[in-house]
Amino acid sequence: MRIERLARAAAWLAGPLALGLAAVTAQGALAQQGVSAETAMLKNFEQRTTTKVLPNGLTLIVCERPEAPVFSYATFIDAGDVNDPSGESGLAHMFEHLAFKGTSQIGTTDYAAEKVALAKVEAANAAYQAEFLKPVGRDPKKLEELEKAFAAAQKDAEQYVIPNQFTDIAERNGANGLNASTGLDETMYYWSMPENRLELWAWMESSRLGDTVPREFYKERSVVMEERRMRTDSQPIGRMVEQFLATAYVAHNYGRSGIGWPSELRQITATEAMDFHKKYYVGANIVEVVVGDVKAAEVMPMLEKYFSKVPGGPKPEEMTTVEPKQFAEKSVVIREATQPFYIEGYHRPSYRDKDNAVYDAIQDIMSNGRVSRMYRSLVRDQKIAAAAQGFSPFPGGKYPSLFAFYAVPLPGHTPAQMREAIHKEIDKLKTTEVTDEELAMFKTRARADLLRGLADNQGLANAMAEYQTRYGDWRELFTQLDRIDKVTKADIKRVANQVFIESNRTSAEIEFTAPAGAETKGGAE
Amino acid sequence: MKFSEQRTECRGRIRAAVSAAVLAAVCALALPLGAAAQQAKPWEQIPVPPLHAFHPQQPQRIQLKNGIVLFLQEDHELPFVSGSVLIPGGSRDEDAAKAGLVDLYGMAWRTSGTAKMDGDAMDDLLEQKAAHIETGGDIDSTALSWDSLKGDADQVFSLALDLLLHPDFKADKLALAQQQEATGIVRRNDEAGEIAGREGQKLVYGADSPYARQPELATMGSVTVADLKAWHDKTLGGRLIVSVSGDFDPAAMEAKLRAAFEKLPMTKPLPARHDAFAGPKPGVYFINKEDVNQSNVQILGLGTDRRNPDVPTLAVMNDIVGGGFASRLFQTIRTKLGLAYAVGGGYGFAWDHPGTFHVVVMTKSESTVEATHEALEIIKKTPAQPFTEEELKRAKDNILNSFLFRYDTRDKVLAERVRLEFYGYPADYLETYKAALEKVTVADLNAAAKKYIQPDKLAVLVVGNQGEIKPGLDELKLGTVHPIDITIPMPKQPEGAEK
Repeated sequence: MRIERLARAAAWLAGPLALGLAAVTAQGALAQQGVSAETAMLKNFEQRTTTKVLPNGLTLIVCERPEAPVFSYATFIDAGDVNDPSGESGLAHMFEHLAFKGTSQIGTTDYAAEKVALAKVEAANAAYQAEFLKPVGRDPKKLEELEKAFAAAQKDAEQYVIPNQFTDIAERNGANGLNASTGLDETMYYWSMPENRLELWAWMESSRLGDTVPREFYKERSVVMEERRMRTDSQPIGRMVEQFLATAYVAHNYGRSGIGWPSELRQITATEAMDFHKKYYVGANIVEVVVGDVKAAEVMPMLEKYFSKVPGGPKPEEMTTVEPKQFAEKSVVIREATQPFYIEGYHRPSYRDKDNAVYDAIQDIMSNGRVSRMYRSLVRDQKIAAAAQGFSPFPGGKYPSLFAFYAVPLPGHTPAQMREAIHKEIDKLKTTEVTDEELAMFKTRARADLLRGLADNQGLANAMAEYQTRYGDWRELFTQLDRIDKVTKADIKRVANQVFIESNRTSAEIEFTAPAGAETKGGAE
Repeated sequence: MKFSEQRTECRGRIRAAVSAAVLAAVCALALPLGAAAQQAKPWEQIPVPPLHAFHPQQPQRIQLKNGIVLFLQEDHELPFVSGSVLIPGGSRDEDAAKAGLVDLYGMAWRTSGTAKMDGDAMDDLLEQKAAHIETGGDIDSTALSWDSLKGDADQVFSLALDLLLHPDFKADKLALAQQQEATGIVRRNDEAGEIAGREGQKLVYGADSPYARQPELATMGSVTVADLKAWHDKTLGGRLIVSVSGDFDPAAMEAKLRAAFEKLPMTKPLPARHDAFAGPKPGVYFINKEDVNQSNVQILGLGTDRRNPDVPTLAVMNDIVGGGFASRLFQTIRTKLGLAYAVGGGYGFAWDHPGTFHVVVMTKSESTVEATHEALEIIKKTPAQPFTEEELKRAKDNILNSFLFRYDTRDKVLAERVRLEFYGYPADYLETYKAALEKVTVADLNAAAKKYIQPDKLAVLVVGNQGEIKPGLDELKLGTVHPIDITIPMPKQPEGAEK
C-alpha cells in the first residue's frame, strides 16, 4: 500500500463533503495575472450562463460549454441526513436510493394496480413494526405471522416491477458517471450524456424528482444496511469517525451517523421516505444545473416545461438546534488490533461566518502539499508520521462544524506523540503570525485551483449548483476570491486563538492492542 | 502507467468495491424482462436528434531520430501547460529481493531533487506558483509530470527537465520514502477490501509473480541510493514518450522539446517479458478478520489481454453479466435478493498481459454462503444460458452510446494516444474497437462464454469474520477450505527503534 492511499483513506473522513464546501478553500484566480484574469473569467461565464427561477421556485442554470457534444447535469437538493427526523437517521440517503427506482411511468407494468399493492405493503409493515416494537407482551407467533404477511405483500407488489428500468433507460442512452450522493447537508444527483439526449434527460430527471414511486423499498433498505457494513462497521476509520462525531456533538445532528444507526435504519419505512420527499423535494429547495454543448435560448423553454412539473411549496423551515458551546475536552480511545490513528477536532462556525476564508487559509497552510507545516514538521523533520493534515469544515459546512487534524503514526510511534506534535504546530499559529510567503501561497493556489476546475462539465455543474444554493448566486464561485484576498496574518492568529483551545477539543484515537491470546501480528515492533 | 486501464464511471455506486483491474468495458443491461408488457414507453416518444458533428482534436505526434516520441495537444481554454514523460519499466521489472524499489524510486526521485535545486527548495518555489512537478512508479512504467500556469511554463519545464536528466538521489529522502512504505506495509491488514484485493491477485498470478508480489519490510528496506540511481540510469535510456498539453504555441513548443530530447542517445527497448500465467488453483480460500460484520467475497480466475480478438465480445458479455445496474449479477444479488450493496465484475483484459476474471460480492457475514452461491450460479449458468438479442441490443446501446466519453476532452484524447503508443497499439485502435463492438452477435457471445467462462477453474476467496459466517464455508461444497496466513513478516528489530 502506498502512502497516498492512507492519505486518501484519511481524506475519506470528510465523506461526500470532501467534494462540497471543502472545495471552497481551493478557489481563486491568478495572483500573477491580477484581478483582471478572474474578472475576465467571470465575465466570460456570465455571457455563457443563463439563470431562471421557475414559478414553483426551482432554479434552472444553463452554462454553455460547447467543447464536445455532451452535457453534464447536477441536481442539488438543499437537504441531507442532517434533516433526518429523530429516530429516522439515514432517511435522506434511503430516499436517494429510492429515486433510482422509477416513477408511475418508468419501472412498472401496471401502476394503478401497483399503487394499491404498495399501500398494502405499508399497512403490513406497520402491523409488523407495531408488534415488533412492543415493550411488553410481544407475541412471537403473531410476529411471525405478521412478518410472513409483510413478505407476501412485498412479493405481491413486485409482480408489477420492471427492475432498474430508470437506470437502464439512462445507460442505454449513453449516461456516463451516473450516480448520486447524500451528504449531511445536501443530496446530489448527476450524470453526463450525449447532447442529443438533453430532452430525454429533462423528462427523466423532472419525473423522478416529482413522481417518485416507493417501490422495492424494503429490499433497498437491506442493500443500504450492506452499505453501512461496508463503509462503517467493517472499516476501522469508519468506526472511529462515527464515534468521534457522536462524541464531539451533544445536540446537533452533525453528531449522528449519516448513513443511519442500525436500529433506526432497519426500521425506516417507505412512508417516512415519501414524507421526507414531500417536505424537502420542493422547487424552492432544488437547483438544477446543466453544463455543456447546449444553447440556453433553444433549450430553456423545454427545460421549463419539464421542471415546472416538480411540486412547489415553501422552502422547508430551518433547523432550530444549535450546538451548545463545548466546555470540557472529550476523548474516545479505541483499543483493537488495528494500527494506530489520531484525530482531533474543534468546533468552528458555519460557512456563513465572516471568518470562513480564514479557516480555508489555515487548512492550506497547515496541510497543502510538501510545503505544509504539518508535513514538514511531523513527516519530514520529526519522522513520526506518514501523513498529517488539518481539514475543515467537517462533517458538514452548512451548520457550525469542526476543524479537524489527523496524523497517521509511523511504525513504533503512538497517537500520544501525534497529539503532542499537532498541538505544537497549533501553538505556533496562536503565538506567531504566519509568514507573508505562506499567506501569498494560499491566495495564489486558491486562484489557480479555481481556474483548473473550470474545464470540466461535471465539476462545474456541481460547483455552480452548490454556490447557487449556499449563496443564492453561482457567481460567488468567483467573487469569493475577494474574501480570500482579505485574509490577513492577524486574522489567522486571532481565529486560531479563538478556536483551538482545550475545552473546545474532542479527540479520537486507535491504540493497537493485540487480540487476547494471539501473538502480535502486524504490530509495529 | 497510471491510466493503463480505461474504465467508465457508470458503476459509480459500486466502483469503490470493484477492483480497477476488473472491467474495461461499460455499464449496464437488464435481464430479459419476461412477458410483462409495459403500458406505454413515453421516453421512446422523445425525439433524439442527430448528434452535433464532432471531430476530436488529435495531438500532433513527432518521432525523434533516437526513438523518443513527442505528443503535443493544444488547448487554449485555460492558461495552463502540463506535460509528462512516460518511462518504460516498472515494479514488475524490479528485483524480487528488492520489491518496493519502484515505489521508493517514485517518491524519492522528486523529494531528492537535483544538484542545482534540492527537493525541498523545489517545493518552495513551485508552490508559490501553484505549480507542480511530481514523479511516480507503477507496475509497468514510471513517470515524471509537471503543470503550471502558462506564464511559469518555461521555468517549470526547465526544472522538470533538470530533474529528469540530473536527479540527485539522497539518502535522507530514501529513508523518508522507506518510512512511508513501511507504514503501508504494517497497515495492510487493517481493511478487508485491501486484503481481498491483494490476496486475490496473488491467488490468480501466484504469490511470487511480478504482477502480485508485495513489498516486505525486508525487501524494501534493502534498497539503497545506488539502487535508485541504477534504476534511473537503466530506464532513462528506454523509449520515452513525452506529452504536453495546454495553452502554448505548437511551433515554439516543438522546438523546445526537440532541443531537450533530440540530444539524448538512441533509445533501447526493454527486453521482452516472458511471464507464465497459470491462473488460480481452484478451491475456497479464507482469511479470518474478527472486526468485520461483512464478508468480502472474490471469485477469481485468469483473464486475457487486449490483443485477443475476442475482447470486443468479452466487453459486451461483461456488460450483460456483471457490468452495472441491470447486469445479471446486480439484478439478482442486489435488486432481487438485497444481499449486497457492492456486487459486480467480469472477465478482465489488460493491455499487455492477462487481466483477471474477477467478481466481487460484499455481504453480511450470515449471508456469505448464500450470496457466494448465487454469484457462482450466475457465473456457472453463463455458458449454458444463451444470450438473447435483447440483451445484446441493450449492451451495445450502453457501450456505444456512451463511447464518446472516451474522447470528449482533449486530455482524454491525448492520454489514449499515449497509452496506445506505450503498449504498441495502432493510433486508430478506438475506432476499430468500436467497429468490432458493433459487429458482435449473439452467436459470438454464446461461443465466448463457453470458451472463457470455466467455472471449474475459478477460486473463491473470502475475507470475513469466521465466528459470524453461519452456515460455514464448507456449505459451499467446494472442498476443503484453505486458510491463508497473512501475518506480516517482521525483520529483526532495527537498532534504535522506539518502543
